Amino acid sequence: MASNKQNEFDVIVIGGGITGAGTARDCSLRGLKTLLIERNDIADGATGRNHGLLHSGARYAVTDQESATECIQENMILKKVANHCVDDTTGFFITLPEDDLAYQAKFVESCTKAGIKAEILDPEEAKRLEPSVNPDIIGAVRVPDGSVDPFRLCSSNVVDAKLHGAKVLVYNEVIGFIKAGDTITGVKVYDKQTHETAEYRAPITVNAGGIWGHKIAGMAGAQIGMFPAKGALLIFAHRVNGIVLNRCRKPANADILVPGDTVCVIGTTSTRVPYEECDNMKVTPEEVSLLISEGEKLAPCLKDTRILRAYAGVRPLVSADNDPSGRNISRGIVLFDHETRDGIKGLITITGGKLMTYRLMAEMATDLVCKKLNNGNKCETRTTPLPGSGEGDVKEVSKKIWANPTTAQKATVGRAGSFASKIGMQSKEDLSLVCECEEVPESEVNNAIQNLDVHNLVDLRRRTRVGMGTCQGELCACRAAGLLGKAHGCAERARQDLVDFMNERWKGIYPVARGESLREAEFTEWVYSECLGLGDEQ
Amino acid sequence: MRFDTVIIGGGLSGLVCGLKLQKAGKRCAIVSAGQNAMHFFSGGFGLLSRLPDGTPVTSPFEAIDSLPDNHPYRLIGCGNLEKYASEAVTLLADCGVKTTGGGKENGWIISASGKPKQAWLALDDITFINSNEEKIGNSALIINIEGFLDFNTSFIAEAFEKQGIRCRIASVMTPEIDRVRNNPSEMRSSNIAKLMSRETARSAFMLEINKKYDDDDIIVLPAVFGLNSDEDVIGIRRNAPAKICFVGTLPPSVPGIRTQMKLKRSFEEMGGVFLMGDKAVRAEIIDGEVKEVVTENLGDITLTADNYVLASGSYFGHGLIADYNEVTEPVCGLDVDYCKERENWFNPDFFKAQKYIGFGVKTDEKFRARKDGRTITNLYVAGSILGGFNPLLEGSGSGVALTTALCISDSILGR
Repeated sequence: MASNKQNEFDVIVIGGGITGAGTARDCSLRGLKTLLIERNDIADGATGRNHGLLHSGARYAVTDQESATECIQENMILKKVANHCVDDTTGFFITLPEDDLAYQAKFVESCTKAGIKAEILDPEEAKRLEPSVNPDIIGAVRVPDGSVDPFRLCSSNVVDAKLHGAKVLVYNEVIGFIKAGDTITGVKVYDKQTHETAEYRAPITVNAGGIWGHKIAGMAGAQIGMFPAKGALLIFAHRVNGIVLNRCRKPANADILVPGDTVCVIGTTSTRVPYEECDNMKVTPEEVSLLISEGEKLAPCLKDTRILRAYAGVRPLVSADNDPSGRNISRGIVLFDHETRDGIKGLITITGGKLMTYRLMAEMATDLVCKKLNNGNKCETRTTPLPGSGEGDVKEVSKKIWANPTTAQKATVGRAGSFASKIGMQSKEDLSLVCECEEVPESEVNNAIQNLDVHNLVDLRRRTRVGMGTCQGELCACRAAGLLGKAHGCAERARQDLVDFMNERWKGIYPVARGESLREAEFTEWVYSECLGLGDEQ
Repeated sequence: MRFDTVIIGGGLSGLVCGLKLQKAGKRCAIVSAGQNAMHFFSGGFGLLSRLPDGTPVTSPFEAIDSLPDNHPYRLIGCGNLEKYASEAVTLLADCGVKTTGGGKENGWIISASGKPKQAWLALDDITFINSNEEKIGNSALIINIEGFLDFNTSFIAEAFEKQGIRCRIASVMTPEIDRVRNNPSEMRSSNIAKLMSRETARSAFMLEINKKYDDDDIIVLPAVFGLNSDEDVIGIRRNAPAKICFVGTLPPSVPGIRTQMKLKRSFEEMGGVFLMGDKAVRAEIIDGEVKEVVTENLGDITLTADNYVLASGSYFGHGLIADYNEVTEPVCGLDVDYCKERENWFNPDFFKAQKYIGFGVKTDEKFRARKDGRTITNLYVAGSILGGFNPLLEGSGSGVALTTALCISDSILGR
């Protein structure tokens, strides 16, 4: 079955989000010759546009035991195999005076049933452990929530897939399927950078396109009833809380506050949007004010905390097959074998689910792929650490690499885990800071450009956090553009890239700009127009 | 503490106003909170390079009549504007700030990205050309200091090559620069400028440049020389094997800091009081008159004067504060001209005109502030806190700062 021909693979995975990346990794770990195709950058869709919450499953315990159980199992697995992406913060489910305290007992009972450790705390104790929490709380339950960096998680899966022989094509869009009778035998792909088309063949293709999977299945002649649900979120400029804060009530809008790296994130809302809007999500003023007012109930100091940006993602919810109205929506994992479902051989779709359950989804999809290919290899992703993971915390890993690690070196370990040892960080040039907010050194930027499929500044941000900090890229983007221009040997492309990057940042800034963030935005405008002369003049 | 005039804001407009008044024998105090627009000054003073509708302007004085009625230039009037513009050049020169340009037509400076950018007047060390098509040479050696990421040589080379200038890029390093690099966050323009103020550091640097030089027409260097005086710039020029063309860097702007330092020094030499690092927190306004100004550091000791000047800048200088649905002036609570509908504040394209940048305080025709619809008779407003103009879109930021400061000084002097 294996072929030496360049364009022939055992399996093609469409979609470079976390599900596709995880599936490509699982397939390559099982010895399959794998091709991963992504139309933009990895983690560009819903993967990079969520809370970054490492669910304990507690949130679903009362309403959806199945999801809760999946979550807690995956939670424990990720803490082991992806510890460089995970911040084990724990989480609180708090009860406010306006909430029904009776819900707490039901909540704890459901958690326990799902295997989630849920501990009732005295409100005073909770306030001592998490000083930012609303002081009016009348109840608090501690659960094993945490936070996860979805960009790093996705990138680590891609890196590992490549280490095991997978080929990864970013900025390549599937424009059609190659069919032989009722069998899909490959894909037609358009390369957005070279503007060339190519064909790749494999006996089986996995559609892991998230909400865009609807369109991909459509190209193959299969209908999937999806329900694009937009979720809006806000990023605050400080990590106001150290522990994830949730409301102890039925899941509702804006009731989770997640600390992540140097920031914290409040979300989310849920609104059905048309498919056409999925590529260009906008956060409305109503959503911003709802997120702020609800967020303040979790941690009142958010009222005076600077908001960095607003963003939104689209959940790929799937409506039940026999329900065209879309009312019976599952948040669970959906795996379609289009051969048995639609009579289309050689295509499967993995969708629904959550960031938290990506590994399980990948395992389920890969199991089906292997069954179809008569590959008997077992899944290893439950126990095999991702590259960079599994060697202790940041302090321990840093100590193993450097005798006296600097804060910048520790920051790099925080992002790359033990992989930091492969990034040269000895010379002064290596250590020059490109991004001061996030302490990203030049060597890490160059490593991302050379080894992590970085084609532009937005990709670079996803890999290294350049431009994610307080200043939102006002100086670091320009520095990084210089390094990218050097690496790609094209200043003109780097200049255009810088313009695109600033526009991408601005899109998330202006809906929430006020006070200090508007001041920073004005300063950035001055730098780009006055100093750099990059305005639209002449 | 009693003065003739108290000026809030130590940026370009506050200093120019203080200089003129002090020179005329008035005792002034300037309250300066610290950062101001001079920290990201390109080295070129813009007067007007575009009309609000985007039409390019090459002869700024001729275009004044096309501006809206409430534009600061219209309030000054065209004839007066020319007078104040040339007065500004003289005032700068008197403080040791040498400039080129300043005529009827705009010229061009080379921006940090290498693209020519219109300017009416430029600091002497910044390359000033009469046309954006004028070639500054046939070949250029573009030199950066190794590890200095705030100067983009490849952008500059790309822009130069479009004009047909052959470019070579090189970077240089000396043992002294290498020591600065020990701390990764030290490689910023102002730190390099501090190092380069030492003659030995400059000589070692020039030695390295000479090694790279090979008959190029010009040598392009980042403008990281002369934090406190022109001597460093002159020293570099004197020993260079070819004409040196300084190009700006990312902030902080060394030429901007130097200019501000010179103005501040002159102001103090004339007897002006510069309250560095202090912040005006409140003004007592009774019956349409400012009675006193309270500052953070002085506390109970208030500043009193016959006249007051508000030159506290836009958002960057905290002259204006934006909330979600309103823009306020924090010290005096003045009336601000802004658009009520937030959806009109921003353009989704970052590089297009942003309306919020044009918001500012309302004044009468003499730039006297208004509060609750009533003119405050002894409070004058100058610079970017003013409404009625969009400095970024028009390229008029420093022009408005200079001319409004001189104009209100005349009013205060009863001229």
